[in-house]
Amino acid sequence: MTADSAKREFSLKINGEQKSVCAYPMDRLLDVLREHFGLTGTKEGCGEGECGACSVLIDGVLVDSCLVPVAQAEGASVITIEGLTDDPSYRTLQRTFLEYGGAQCGICTPGMLLAAVHLLSRKSAPTMDDIREGLSGNLCRCTGYIQIFEAVAEAAKRRTAR
Amino acid sequence: MRSDPAEYDVVTPGSLRGVVSLLAEKPGTWLTIAGGTDLMVQYAAGKLTAHKLVSIWNLPELRGIETLPEEIRIGAASTYSDLRRNEIVAREFPMLAKAAGWTGGIANQNRGTLGGNIVNASPAADSLPSLLAYEAELILVSVRGERRVAYRDFHTGYKKMILAPDELVKAICLPRRYSGYISYARKAGTRNAQAISKVCIAGMARVGGGRIEDVRIALGSVAPVPMRLAETEKILKGKRADASLVALARKTAASEIRPIDDIRSTARYRSAVAGNLVSEFVEQMVRG
Amino acid sequence: MENGHIVGSASPRKEGRDKLTGHARYIDDITLPNILHGTTVRSKIPRGKIRKITFGAGIRWGEFVVVSAKDIPGENYIALIENDQPCLADGAVNHPEEPILLLAHPDKHALPKAVEAVSIEYDPLPSVLSVEESERKSEIIWGADNIFKAYKIDKGDVDSVWAKAAHVVEGEYFTGAQEQLYIETNGVIASWEPDKGITVWGSLQCPYYMHKALMAVCGLPEDKVRVVQTETGGAFGGKEEYPSMIAAHAALLSMKSGRPVKIVYDRAEDMVATTKRHPSRTRHRTAVSADGKILGGEIDFTIDGGAYLTLSPVVLSRGTIHAAGPYYWPNVRAHGKAVATNTPPHGAFRGFGAPQSLFAIERHMDKIARVVGVSPAEIRRRNFLRTGQTTATEQVVREPIDLEKLLAKALEYSCHDAKKARFVKENPSSTKKKGIGMAAFLHGSGFTGSGERYLASVAGVEGRADGKVHVLVSSTEFGQGTNTILSQVAAEALGLRYEDVEVAQPDTMEVPNSGPTVASRTAMVVGKLVESAARGIKQTLQAAGGLGETYTPDEFRAACSRYVAKHGALKSLAHYEAPSDIFWDDKKFRGEAYAAYAWAVYIAEVTVDLSTYTATVDDFVALQEVGRVLNPVLAKGQIAGGVAQGVGFALYEKVEWKDGRMQNGQMTNYIMPTSADVPPIRVFFEEAGNPYGAFGAKGIGELPMDGPAPAIINAVEDALGIPFDSVPLLPEDIFEGVAAHGAP
Repeated sequence: MTADSAKREFSLKINGEQKSVCAYPMDRLLDVLREHFGLTGTKEGCGEGECGACSVLIDGVLVDSCLVPVAQAEGASVITIEGLTDDPSYRTLQRTFLEYGGAQCGICTPGMLLAAVHLLSRKSAPTMDDIREGLSGNLCRCTGYIQIFEAVAEAAKRRTAR
Repeated sequence: MRSDPAEYDVVTPGSLRGVVSLLAEKPGTWLTIAGGTDLMVQYAAGKLTAHKLVSIWNLPELRGIETLPEEIRIGAASTYSDLRRNEIVAREFPMLAKAAGWTGGIANQNRGTLGGNIVNASPAADSLPSLLAYEAELILVSVRGERRVAYRDFHTGYKKMILAPDELVKAICLPRRYSGYISYARKAGTRNAQAISKVCIAGMARVGGGRIEDVRIALGSVAPVPMRLAETEKILKGKRADASLVALARKTAASEIRPIDDIRSTARYRSAVAGNLVSEFVEQMVRG
Repeated sequence: MENGHIVGSASPRKEGRDKLTGHARYIDDITLPNILHGTTVRSKIPRGKIRKITFGAGIRWGEFVVVSAKDIPGENYIALIENDQPCLADGAVNHPEEPILLLAHPDKHALPKAVEAVSIEYDPLPSVLSVEESERKSEIIWGADNIFKAYKIDKGDVDSVWAKAAHVVEGEYFTGAQEQLYIETNGVIASWEPDKGITVWGSLQCPYYMHKALMAVCGLPEDKVRVVQTETGGAFGGKEEYPSMIAAHAALLSMKSGRPVKIVYDRAEDMVATTKRHPSRTRHRTAVSADGKILGGEIDFTIDGGAYLTLSPVVLSRGTIHAAGPYYWPNVRAHGKAVATNTPPHGAFRGFGAPQSLFAIERHMDKIARVVGVSPAEIRRRNFLRTGQTTATEQVVREPIDLEKLLAKALEYSCHDAKKARFVKENPSSTKKKGIGMAAFLHGSGFTGSGERYLASVAGVEGRADGKVHVLVSSTEFGQGTNTILSQVAAEALGLRYEDVEVAQPDTMEVPNSGPTVASRTAMVVGKLVESAARGIKQTLQAAGGLGETYTPDEFRAACSRYVAKHGALKSLAHYEAPSDIFWDDKKFRGEAYAAYAWAVYIAEVTVDLSTYTATVDDFVALQEVGRVLNPVLAKGQIAGGVAQGVGFALYEKVEWKDGRMQNGQMTNYIMPTSADVPPIRVFFEEAGNPYGAFGAKGIGELPMDGPAPAIINAVEDALGIPFDSVPLLPEDIFEGVAAHGAP
C-alpha cells in the first residue's frame, strides 16, 4: 500500500549556502545533491552504505548520503566535496594525493577525501591503525589503499608541522 | 535504486509525544526510521514494504546517554559513535563499546542507532549479545505510557518481538554493577571492517576465590535471535575455574545453539567457531 | 623530472586535479535534454524457450518505450569474436539475467515497477551449471559439444618421461568466479539523430569494440556510429567487452524513441548480469627427476565460459600459454579448453586466464617440492627458465632474465628464511599459526601471438594551434594512468614539458584505433606508437624549416603554432609493425607467444587464527622485473592495487551460485578487501629494458594479479601443514580442512 506523498520544501545548508529544495521526503540526499543541485562530485557506488562513494558531512559528521532521506537533512548543514575548497586539511590532502598516487580512477576519491578530512579533524596525528579504521567505510578497488594511507599520513604530518 | 520516492512518506513530528500519537493513530501504519542504515538499504533494493515512515532521527528524548547511580540509560536513537565516545560506556560496558566499533565503518557508526538495531532484530547484529550479557532492560513507550522489559524477553522469534504496534523503544538501561567482572567479546566476520558477523560472542564473569560466581555468555548468529547460553552458564556457575571446564563448556554450548547454513556461512563453521570462542572465554576465566 | 627525463619520473596524474575536486565527470554525472532512462527485463531461468510475454496491469504502458529483438534494425548479436551472443533474447534464453526486453521512460523511478510488471512464461530446458556437467555432454547447450574452443601445446615427447621419472606428482586446482567490482557501475548514454547516426558516451575500455558492435546491431555504416569514452571509474577488464551490450541496448531505445537514452546499472544488476573472471580447473601430472627437475608433464586447463563464446578463446589462449609458469619444461603437453554453461558469460578480468593457470602451477610447484623433499625456493631454482631456453610454446627466451637472482632478492626483502625459522619455533605453542609462501611467475605483455598484428593499431600525435601537443589514441584512462604515461612518452620524445602535452578524449570520430585498452599493452605497444608518431611531427616541423635540431619547449610550441596557422593541421600517425623477429604459429599454437614478459616473485606472510579459521595476510612483498618504470608512483599503484585484488581473489571474493545465478550480488555479501584488510604491500622493481616497448617498458597492469593467490595459499599450507587447492579459500574451507586433517 503506497503513501502517495507530495513533494515538500526542505531547507538545508549546502556547502555553506542556505538552500531549499522541493522534493519527496524519501528522495535520498545523494540524489537531491546530484540531481537537484548538480553537485555530482558525490557518487553512487552501491546504494547500500557499503562503499562510501556517497560520503558527505552532515553537521560535521561523516555519513553515507545514500542512506539519508532528504527529510532527515532538513535544517542540517551538508558539506560535499565541492564545499571543501577552503578546508586546509583538504588542500593538503589534494597535494599529497597527487604526490603519492592516492587517486587512480577517481570514483571513490571524493568520498575518500571526505573521510580523510573527517579523520584528520578528529585525530591530528593518526596512527596507521587510525587511518585504516577511518577509511574502512570507503572501498577503493584501484589502489589497494597503500598510497592512500601514505597520502593521508603525509598530510597529517604536514598539517601538524605547521 | 529500485523504489519510487513518490510512494513513500516521511514525517518528522519532532517530539516523542508527536511520534507516539502518530503510532497510536493507526497501529501498524507507521514505521519508525532512525539512522536509516537498515531501512534505507531495504528501500534502495525495492524491498521496503512499509511506505509511511516517521522519523525519530535525533529526537531529543531519544538521544543522549544518561548516567544515573544505578544504571545508564542509552537513548534508543543514540548512534554507535555516541556509544564509542561515552566514557562510562567505554569503562563499564566495554563489550558494548567494542561492538559499536565493529558495526560498519565510521559513516555507518555515525548513523546506526542502538534502538534501530534492536528492532531490526537481525540475529547477526553485533551489539545485541552484549546487551544480553549486561542484562539490559528496555524502556518501551507508547501513548499508553512507559513500560520496562528485560531485554532477554524482548525477542520471541526471528524478527518477532514483544513490541506493540504502537510502541517504540525509548531507552536501553544497563545496570552499573559490573566492576570486578572480566569480559570477552569477539566477532568472526567476513572481513576486518564493514562485516556482517558469522558468529559473535559477549561473555562476562565474576571470578572470586577461584570460583565462578557469575557468568553470562551471549552469542549472535547461532540462532534466530541473539541468545544467552543458559545451559552452559548453569554448568559453569559456582564451579572452580579450572581447565576441565573448557571441554564441558564447549560441549554444552554446542548442544544449545542452532546455527544454520546461509548466504554468509555454514552451520558447521558457526558451531565450531562458537565452540572455540566459548572455550577461549572459559580459558580466560581460568587464567584469571 | 628525474635526470632531466620525464619518463621515469613521478609526473602527476594528468586528470588528477579533476578527480580530487569532484569535477571529473563520469557518465551518470552527465545528462542531455529530453533524456529517457532505460532498463532491461531479464531472464529468470537458466535455459528455456520463451512461451509468452505479458505486460501486466497497473502500468501506463503508453508512456514507455519498449524494445524487443523484433525492433533491431541491424543484426541481433553483439559482434565480438563470433556472433553467437544475442543483443536481445529472441524466443529462447541461455542464462539467468539474459536480456529480453528493454524499457525506457522519462522518470527513472517508474522503471523498476514496470520491469516487475512484465511477466514472462518459459518452457524450461535442462540446464548445464558446471564444467563437469558440460563435459559429460548429456545436454548440449552450445555448438556440437559444449566446447567453445580448445588448444593444445605439445612440446617434446611427453610420453617418454614417465618411465624415467623418480616422482610423478599429480594435482587438481580450482579457481572461482571473481567480480571486477569497479566502484562505478556500467553506464552509457546513447543518442540517435537521423542525420548524424548514433552516438554513445560511456564508461568503457574499448571504444572501437563498441563501435564495431553498434554498427552491426544498428545496421549503420562506420561514419554513422560514434563512441566517446567518459571518465571511467574502474574497469579491470569488466568494461572491455560488456559495454558493447549496454550500449547496444541504449542505442536501440534511442533509435526507437528518437530521444537520448541513459542506462546506468545499479550495483545489484551489475553484479549479477555482467561478466566475471572465468572459473577454472587445472589438472597437473608431472614427471620429476630425483633431484627435483621437471622432466615433463601433462596439463589440463579448463575454464567455464558461461553461455556464449564472447572472449573465452582468448582467455583460454593466455591461460594455456601461462600454465607452465616461469619454468623450463623439456617436454609438456597442455590441453586447454573453454566450455559452455548456462550462466551469464564470463569475461575479461585483469590477468585474463593467467591468474587461473598460474595459481595451479605455483601450488603444484610447492607440492613437487614436498614430494622431492626440498624447499619451495629450491624447487623453483632448479627449474627456472633461463635466457636461451625455450618456453612451453618453444619460444626462445631472449630477454636477460635471472629468476634466481629475483628470487634471492624477494627472499631477502621479505626476511623469508628468518621468519620461516621463527614460525616453525613459535607455531606449536600458539592458536595463531603463521606461514610464509611464495609465487614465481611471468606475464606476457600485449596481445598473444599474432594478436597485435591483427589489431594493426594506429596512434596519432597532433600539434595544435596553441602550440600544445595532443596524443590521439583510442586507449582509455580508467585509473591505470594511460593519460599520464602517454603524455610522458610524447613529452620526452619531443623534448617538451609534461604540461605541453594532453591526451585527447577517446572519441572514434577524432582518434585512430590504437587497439583495445587491455592485455597490458598500452605502455609497451601503444606507447611505442606514440613515441613514433611524436617523432613524426617533430620531423615535419624540422623538415619545414620551422624548428632546429635542438630547441626549447617554447620554441617548439611557437613552431607548432606557426605551422598549424599556415597549413591548417599538424598530425602524424604511427602504424603498428610486428617485429620481424617475433613469429607465432596460430595453427600449431607454437612460437613466440609474446614479444616480452614481465617476471615476478611475490612473497606472502600469513596468520591463520585457529579460533575463527581466518587467514590474514600480514606482510606482502611484490618484486617484479618490468623493463622500465615509466612512472614510479603510477607503477607502484598498479602493483598495490593488483595485489589487493589478488588478496580478495585468494581469501574473500566468493560468488555464490544457485541455478546459474549469483546470489550475493550486493557489496555487503560479496566481500572485497577494505582498508582494514590489506597487508602492508612492499613493492620493488627491477628494470632490464625491453626493445619492443616504449622507452623499454613492459606491461604491468595485469602482472600483479597472478602472484598473490598462490603465494597466499602456499603460505597457508606452510602455516597449517594442510593443502588447499581451491580459491577463494574462506574460513569455512579452512575449518573443513582442519576438521578433516586434524588441527596442526
